[in-house]
Amino acid sequence: MSTTVQPAPTRTIAKRKSALRRRNTLMGWTFILPNFVGFALLTLIPIAALIFISFTKWGALGDPVFVGLKNYRTMFTQGTYWTALWNTVYYTIIHMPLTLVISLALALLLNQKMRGVAFFRTAAFFPYITSIVAIAVVWNLLFSPEYGPIDQMLSWLGVSAENLPRWTTGASPITGAMPAVIIVATWREMGYYMLLFLAGLQTIPPELYEAARMDGANSWQRFWNVTWPGLRPTTFFVTVMLTIGSFKVFDLILVMTEGGPGQATLVLSQLIYRTAIGTSGAGGDFGFSSAVAVSLFLICLTITIIQFLVNRRAEK
Amino acid sequence: MSTSPASPSDAHPTGMVASVTEDVVSTVQAVRVIAKRHTHKSTSWWIGRVALYALLVVASVAMLIPFFWMVISSFKRDNEVFSVPVRWLPLTWHPENYIRIFSNSMAGGYSMTNWLKNTLILAVVVTFLQVLTGSFAAYGFARVKFPGRNALFLGYVATIAVPWQAYMIPQFILLTKVGLSNTLWAIILLQAFGAFGVFLMKQFYETIPEELSESARIDGLSEYGIYWRIMLPLSVPAIASLSLLTFVNTWNDFLGPLLYLRDRNLFTIQLGLNTFAGDPQTASQDALIMTGAVISVLPIAIIFMLGQRYFVEGIATSGMKG
Repeated sequence: MSTTVQPAPTRTIAKRKSALRRRNTLMGWTFILPNFVGFALLTLIPIAALIFISFTKWGALGDPVFVGLKNYRTMFTQGTYWTALWNTVYYTIIHMPLTLVISLALALLLNQKMRGVAFFRTAAFFPYITSIVAIAVVWNLLFSPEYGPIDQMLSWLGVSAENLPRWTTGASPITGAMPAVIIVATWREMGYYMLLFLAGLQTIPPELYEAARMDGANSWQRFWNVTWPGLRPTTFFVTVMLTIGSFKVFDLILVMTEGGPGQATLVLSQLIYRTAIGTSGAGGDFGFSSAVAVSLFLICLTITIIQFLVNRRAEK
Repeated sequence: MSTSPASPSDAHPTGMVASVTEDVVSTVQAVRVIAKRHTHKSTSWWIGRVALYALLVVASVAMLIPFFWMVISSFKRDNEVFSVPVRWLPLTWHPENYIRIFSNSMAGGYSMTNWLKNTLILAVVVTFLQVLTGSFAAYGFARVKFPGRNALFLGYVATIAVPWQAYMIPQFILLTKVGLSNTLWAIILLQAFGAFGVFLMKQFYETIPEELSESARIDGLSEYGIYWRIMLPLSVPAIASLSLLTFVNTWNDFLGPLLYLRDRNLFTIQLGLNTFAGDPQTASQDALIMTGAVISVLPIAIIFMLGQRYFVEGIATSGMKG
């Protein structure tokens, strides 16, 4: 800029600044637009529509009719919703801690310098990238009653035929369907969370372990006083991801049990799907389905907020 | 190592010899002590190592055994998949299962070839669009300053917390109303504009020094030029991560096809396999179902082996997927 010329054109500068700003805004939007159009149409609008639809009566045919809170009232008075909610909670409170502990243990084991560590990491991670369908098909055969490898192993271990858990099919009083789904889900996901923990372990400075060793801390003490606090951000993140992931469990259940036997593994996501388009039962009730979806959304939101607050308090 | 200071004056040769021998003795002793301590340590160390390896071998066998069983069963006869006691190797090998599954007459009107073709088309198109629009938008978010940018980005972040299961039905209604249900377009639109790609790429762009684009700007390159000529070439590792994750995600997607695809010729491999395994007409063909499972997993396994590093990096930096 010319400093010698006196009439400092502040107005021109301001003008130029706003021109630059306009140029940048235009520029920024052109970059973002291609993705944003898709994102707005396919994510933002559906989310907004969801809340509206949940207050209407709307089938596959015809137009939505506003009915106020009717869908929510039906939801809370109907047994199916509570069954689905309970099943989802049941799945979550077992699957979440189990996966957390196993993936952390795996990460600690595989964080050491040794030969073959890459192979073991790959083996642990591999189930996560294979398709749910292939996994479910294989595990369903493994879980087949009596002649399936798992039941055969159990009877070999001395479990009598009538005590064999009825995994994904059985009509026996005790169904092992939910445990079976949880076993498969944990097996599939632990490698993924292990990776997150491994990444978290890399951020803990090795000097801390050195210092702890100098002070005579044994490996257990080193874990509690160095590793665990050092992993806190990772553990927080993993807990949130796992809890939300558990609450929205869907495809695994769909391909393994379809919510059955009976309603033993019916979960919220599936109820949403089933009431709106599913073939079984009364399909085509978009309003009711959306009310369930709103409840799922609110549950996930509440969990995130609670965990966030707990984490903040623990940080202090 | 304990090195006693070579004591010594040149004036006393005998003294020097004595001290040297003393030195040697003490060194030998020291070495022996160290060696002893070392062997001692290494015995327990070895026990620990062996136990660790044993544990890991058992764990990885447990993790991989379903895959082993899947592959083995795909070479069996249908009625041999279940046998008492469990047979871990087939009596006779039937590699022709892999040909049988591709012949239409065999598979109850199902066409494996079609399913693979559809899946491949979807995975490639979605990956291409996701990388292109995602990296483009990420540049806007990372490098162009304009009012409302942060609020907009927050919108992207916030929707990641909303489970897809919650809004899949309105999305389905929308796409059905515009006539895209039962077309591959629905799946493409569904997968291609996720916030995930924007995220991952933005994260990466922010690690590239600003000075680089600044100097390019001074050299007269436009923003698009900077994106195309500088940022894109520099972000090859991030693009590799994003491409691999998106490809695998689309290949493995089951829910999208389940919701939208009705026509059997449009099925993807996942939806096809699931229908094949659930159809009473074909469900008894256990070996063939396992063959289908192997075929659905194989491409992903190969891609994963080749690009493992990028997978791991993508997951570690973004911490999320899908």
